Amino acid sequence: MASRDFLQKLPSQQLTQSRGFWSMVHLDPILLVLLIGLVGFGLVILYSGGDGRIELVKGQGVRIALAFLVMVVFAQLDPAVYRRWAPWLYLVGMAGLVAVLLTGVGAKGAQRWLALPGLPRFQPSELMKLVVPMMAAWYLSRHFLPPRLSRVALALVLVFIPMGLIVKQPDLGTSLLVVASGVFVVFFAGISWRVLLAFGGLVSVAVPLMWVFVMREYQKQRVLTLLDPESDPLGAGWNIIQSKTAIGSGGWSGKGWMQGTQSHLEFLPESHTDFIVAVLAEEFGFVGVLSLMGLYLLIILRCLYIAVNAQDSFSRLLAGALSMTFFIYVFVNVGMVSGLLPVVGVPLPLISYGGTSIVTLMAAFGILMSIHTHRRMITS
Amino acid sequence: MPWGEFKDTAGERRVFQRRTLAVVVILLLLMGVLVARMYQLQIVQHETFSTMSDKNRVQVQSVAPTRGLVYDRNGVLLAENRPVFSVTVVPERVGSLDETLIELQRFLSISDEDLDRFHRRLKERRRPFQEIPLRYDLNEQEIASMAVHRHELPGVEVNAELVRYYPHAEMTAHALGYVGRINRDELQRIDPVDYAGTNYIGKSGIERFYEDLLHGTVGYQHVETNARGRTLRVLEQESSVPGADISLHLDMRLQDRAFSLLEGRRGAVVAIEPETGGVLALASVPGFDANLFVTGIGVEAYRELNESLDKPLFNRALRGQYPPGSTIKPMLGIAGLDTDTVTREFTIWDPGYYQIKSKGRRYRDWKRSGHGWVDLNDAIAESCDIYFYDMAVKMGVDHMHDYLTQFGFGEQTALDISGALPGLVPSRDWKRAFRNEPWYPGDSVNMGIGQGFNLATPLQLATATATMANRGRWAQPRLLKQVIGDAPTTEALPEQQRQDIVLNNPDDWNFIINGMKDVMHGPKGTARAAGKDASYLMAGKTGTAQVFSLAEDEEYEEEEVRERLRDHALFIGFAPIDNPKIAVAVIVENGGSGSGTAAPLARAMFDAWLLEFNAEEAGLIVGAAEGVSP
Repeated sequence: MASRDFLQKLPSQQLTQSRGFWSMVHLDPILLVLLIGLVGFGLVILYSGGDGRIELVKGQGVRIALAFLVMVVFAQLDPAVYRRWAPWLYLVGMAGLVAVLLTGVGAKGAQRWLALPGLPRFQPSELMKLVVPMMAAWYLSRHFLPPRLSRVALALVLVFIPMGLIVKQPDLGTSLLVVASGVFVVFFAGISWRVLLAFGGLVSVAVPLMWVFVMREYQKQRVLTLLDPESDPLGAGWNIIQSKTAIGSGGWSGKGWMQGTQSHLEFLPESHTDFIVAVLAEEFGFVGVLSLMGLYLLIILRCLYIAVNAQDSFSRLLAGALSMTFFIYVFVNVGMVSGLLPVVGVPLPLISYGGTSIVTLMAAFGILMSIHTHRRMITS
Repeated sequence: MPWGEFKDTAGERRVFQRRTLAVVVILLLLMGVLVARMYQLQIVQHETFSTMSDKNRVQVQSVAPTRGLVYDRNGVLLAENRPVFSVTVVPERVGSLDETLIELQRFLSISDEDLDRFHRRLKERRRPFQEIPLRYDLNEQEIASMAVHRHELPGVEVNAELVRYYPHAEMTAHALGYVGRINRDELQRIDPVDYAGTNYIGKSGIERFYEDLLHGTVGYQHVETNARGRTLRVLEQESSVPGADISLHLDMRLQDRAFSLLEGRRGAVVAIEPETGGVLALASVPGFDANLFVTGIGVEAYRELNESLDKPLFNRALRGQYPPGSTIKPMLGIAGLDTDTVTREFTIWDPGYYQIKSKGRRYRDWKRSGHGWVDLNDAIAESCDIYFYDMAVKMGVDHMHDYLTQFGFGEQTALDISGALPGLVPSRDWKRAFRNEPWYPGDSVNMGIGQGFNLATPLQLATATATMANRGRWAQPRLLKQVIGDAPTTEALPEQQRQDIVLNNPDDWNFIINGMKDVMHGPKGTARAAGKDASYLMAGKTGTAQVFSLAEDEEYEEEEVRERLRDHALFIGFAPIDNPKIAVAVIVENGGSGSGTAAPLARAMFDAWLLEFNAEEAGLIVGAAEGVSP
């Protein structure tokens, strides 16, 4: 209440002048332009990746429009609202994850969807991509930063419990992104480098020990195929070999839009969803890849700029974590399609066809814009 | 403040800024990794992946040439190519495999064997969207119902393939041979490039001998395919060159006649045109349907054929090695005259038996009472054994071997008939090598009437007869008459190697042939019944080959001998004498006597060829026939 009184006391004229149009609508024009550019580029690639099926592009367009609407709505809410609601949203999300495991609706052998009467089907795990960093930021920003080790531990517990539930669905890609979002909060909060190093050391010791003493032969085999798909060229390796072929055959400037033989002759699997970046690389070449990467980089840098300029710790931590989660999307997807990382189901953000991920991602950008445009104090 | 502790806002901001700086460094580093990776794939390894992409996209498909057709001398089609339809399934494209298979059974009969093979193939490693064959060789009704219902069955395809077909089935299997699926051994032998699109290869006979000619040259097309292997467009093409069509000397009418004459028996007939050596008929009865072997015969059907007592798979004409018996006498007669062992006038007294030394073993004549005084002409006409016993012992094995070999016995003389066996002409060396015994005079006695160690195939007998008809001029037997199209026939056919038989007195040919004429037309000729009422003159010689040897003085009771132990009936002959158009060898297994069974059959072949099929030439013959003695 106090802060609102404080705001009201400010000279209104000065306020409106400094805010301008974009602050009134709570949008960040730079981020907005970058996002529109990315999404437009995405639709062009999608048209080719979907083999010229215009209905695919239309469907995606509608979904994007909806996601922009969600972004605008999220941008209107004050960051304080997110902070206040974080614990409750977290509880709702956890309940949803448990419910999914108990009653969830399956798709492709995994239970991800929750069908509640009277509500549209949704994936609680998607919600957790936003809620987990919110919760971690809420928890850590209640105390002074950098946090004490015990608080870090508890924050990590808050992150890893939902991750465990998502892994059980199983949805490796989403759980990875959820963990990343939480861990980035902890990192931004200022956990000491020594602790980080110790943790890293622990992991690097634990993995070989697990390999030798805990894992069974068939589990090792599965991991090995995951790491080296080319050992199984017609099975698990088919996708990755074909996508590398698509990328590599693109060369400097590509084969031209709609001219990619790998995607249009159906050698490239999932060419309009997870592997769409291979379509870009094949048809627009290295130049196209650089453009896309540049666009992503600009978006992430803008988001980090917003985070740095945020006014309180909660906003900073949340904004930083959301920015870097977006980057993790890009890195994991492109790394996987280019054969650097094992294949896990992570879409290319804002470009891959379908999925609730677009809505979640745009909601995150909405939160970022909210953080940027709801300024409590005029800087002195 | 809701927060319980004092917060150092500026300090927190500083920490955050430092962390953000670290994050930006990591971010740029990782972005750099991605870009470097893309650079590596797209720029450094571009060539490799470009090639891989083209390999994916562009398939070099070999276009199998169409196998050349085979005609008889009159243009009757003997071997053609027929489209055979098969059904394949792409498991990735069918909704439910089990349901599709059940659905397919409504239109196709699918045996358990088919299903087993299909499921085996399904478990093997394969490319996604590769098709798996389910049923081969659909019948017309199945093709029709598949054509109607195929659109209801996604992932099910009907493919057509050209497969060899022999319209005359049983009648040509032994003469033409057949093609079959390429087996592992043949795969080692053939040029993998040339046979890239070919599934069949000549297994025997003409199909095997002229494989290179009939096969043609493989063609190629570079096609763009999608991941399912479906051809989208042809980028580049080099047409295949179909195999050459060929025509044979074989006359299907005569071949047909030979089969009907031998019907119900086991035996062989070989007819040769003496002038050219062209094989007019080559019948081995019973035959088999070679079409069964083309796409692969079932185990059950094969066992039935293979284990049949009548041995339908056995090519008697080329591979049946029989004792030639008395059919060898005219050739030995030539040898006797040319070596001055006997003269035309030389006579012997035939008491019904022959002894090398007095009180030695008695070699009997087929006529127990004996023929009385006989000269060479009578000895051939009446098939006197005693005359030839005597002559054989006087002449000796070396001369006999020499002359018989000149007639092509003991050697494979056919130019383009694969699989023919050489038979056997014994010699001192042979007996030493294979029996580890010296040559006894008794061996010469047996050899003199074509028994003992002698073996000859019907093809060899026909060949020797044709050489006799040609008065010693060799025309090695051959099937190929003409290569239709550009390739010259002379190049396809191997060159003739045999030397003509040159006699000291060439008129000896006519003397011996006259003896053979008397076999058919003489008052005592053994085949005079078969030669009766002919409008042309023919020469012949009957023969009987014992299936097992009779001990001395043992009574031969034909009735008591089981049918399959009866003597083989043989006959050789040619006609007309002055201008021979056809030479024939006939063997009827367990047929009893040559004169009774084989000779009439040969006469029917002569009549068919000279009077029925070549009537205009027969006009010349009628005049000559006036010289026939009553």
